[in-house]
Amino acid sequence: MTVRIAKSLIVRGLLVALLLAVASPSYSELVIRVTQGNDQPTKIAIAPIAMAAIQSSEDISSIVEADLARSGLFAPMERRDMLAFPSSASEVYYRDWRLLGAEYLVVGNMRAIAEGRYQIEFSLLNVSGQKTVFTHKVSGSINQMRDLAHLISDKVYEEITGIRGAFSTRLAYVTAIRSNDLYTYRLNVADADGAREKLVLESGEPIMSPAWSANGKELAYVSFETGRPAIFRQNLVSAQREQLTNFTGLNGAPSWSPDGTQMALVLSKDGNPEIYLLDLQSKKFSRLTRHFAIDTEPTWMPDGKHLLFTSDRGGTPQIYKLNIASKATERLTFRGNYNARPSLAPDGRTMAMVHRLRDTFHIASFDLKTGRMIELTETRLDESPTVAPNGAMLMYATKQGDRGVLAAVSLDAGVRYVLPSSRGDVREPAWSPFLR
Amino acid sequence: MKTSFIKSGLSTLLLAAVLTGCSSNPVVEEQQTSTDIEDTSVQTGQVDTSAIDDATVEVMSADTVFYFDFDKALLKPESRAALLEHSASLQNSPRNVRLEGHADERGTREYNMALGERRANAVKEFLVLQGVSPGLVEVISYGEERAAAYGSNDDAWGLNRRVELK
Repeated sequence: MTVRIAKSLIVRGLLVALLLAVASPSYSELVIRVTQGNDQPTKIAIAPIAMAAIQSSEDISSIVEADLARSGLFAPMERRDMLAFPSSASEVYYRDWRLLGAEYLVVGNMRAIAEGRYQIEFSLLNVSGQKTVFTHKVSGSINQMRDLAHLISDKVYEEITGIRGAFSTRLAYVTAIRSNDLYTYRLNVADADGAREKLVLESGEPIMSPAWSANGKELAYVSFETGRPAIFRQNLVSAQREQLTNFTGLNGAPSWSPDGTQMALVLSKDGNPEIYLLDLQSKKFSRLTRHFAIDTEPTWMPDGKHLLFTSDRGGTPQIYKLNIASKATERLTFRGNYNARPSLAPDGRTMAMVHRLRDTFHIASFDLKTGRMIELTETRLDESPTVAPNGAMLMYATKQGDRGVLAAVSLDAGVRYVLPSSRGDVREPAWSPFLR
Repeated sequence: MKTSFIKSGLSTLLLAAVLTGCSSNPVVEEQQTSTDIEDTSVQTGQVDTSAIDDATVEVMSADTVFYFDFDKALLKPESRAALLEHSASLQNSPRNVRLEGHADERGTREYNMALGERRANAVKEFLVLQGVSPGLVEVISYGEERAAAYGSNDDAWGLNRRVELK
């Protein structure tokens, strides 16, 4: 839409700040470009954190700026416009910051508190009120400067917006690189801003459908490494993995229950795809659907008692709701001939899905209460929506030219950004739960 | 291994509660709380490919790739002749074959896995109806994971909606 394109011009300042902030390519294959921001973002200044003599390759303030800018709700002031770099509230001349137009100011300083441990004390200041809103300390090792920065972002974001920050969360995603007829599939985990990408698994056979455990410590996924699709779980810290299924036919679409004890998944061992529950302790499978159509892509509702899933039992793929106890199903979507891959926001009411409109596949949100649908994206081949644990943004996979990239959009469609990758197809993002 | 993930004290929750309460309070007040982070690191797992079958390529004279319409798993009339040839040859000299079902890139990945399987099953049913022993035919779906043609256009999509007999 032209309105959106025009809007993207508004965020030119954001873009510059971001490019400065994320210009450390050694950390990531993903580089963020904000393409659309909020119309009236909060003006905030993040003064450089005073580092004493501590050597770190990370610029903490820049990471905070980038986090806040990416949310679309903030317009961080450029460092070169600042008149001074105060490192604590007592050094702040509020009038200067007010004249510069800042509504909020973040100041902080770092010091060593023990061998290899560092602490940042930072304060959020309300410029017009000339007061300290809060002061907080975060501490970690020299390798955790990005974690410390994201924690600062979380605190500032939550205080000002009233929404819990999700900057300290992670993304899992799959990349595929093809050279001649050989493929390399990689399952990666990175920070929510795309930095610090870590390899979870690499295979010459497809890897699909990553899903986070409720505690954020494990991933479930589908790997074809045995020559057939099978579901695995893998602990991120120990890299210990376990094959959970080995049935004839489909073994797919794992989804961890909110309490972590069960997994919903898809098996076609009985002839066609059906949704099953796997009790992770007893390793017992129980069948939930019984229909000759395709039933797939289960996802849990926050109550742990219902699943949403995709089925073409009505002739086209549509979203259904399943009561686990009674096994009763209810069709939820009726508009259009392709609605699939439900992903729920934490409110349990807003669902993101893939919606076909003529020859394009968009991400749409769907209100389970009112049935209202909003198309959130306008590109052609969008899939795999995954909602952030604070419900503010969702990430999805789309195409730029012939390449798969990840993009994000807020649930009101007002804010969007793209994370282009420097190589390969990036696909199937899965946003972690809160990790602390 | 290291215990991981960010450890947060109760203080974090308390802070949130306290701040919500006092953010409208004009009194200048400093809340002192802290959050400690412990080391978090992701290790890489190893795939076990020992179970993968050796790919023995049989020379087949008839077509081994069969195409389908979007979101459909109906055999096209033009696939019949080649499939009849395969069923005759499999009955004369039985051997194990694999039917690999595929989908184009449109739509969702797991739904496409199901669609690929449905297509491969349609081919299998045809062969079995002709008298081929079902035990000889393994069905596996790759969904949209293994495209035969690249590009986001009708031609490429048409070539990717397929079942390959191997």
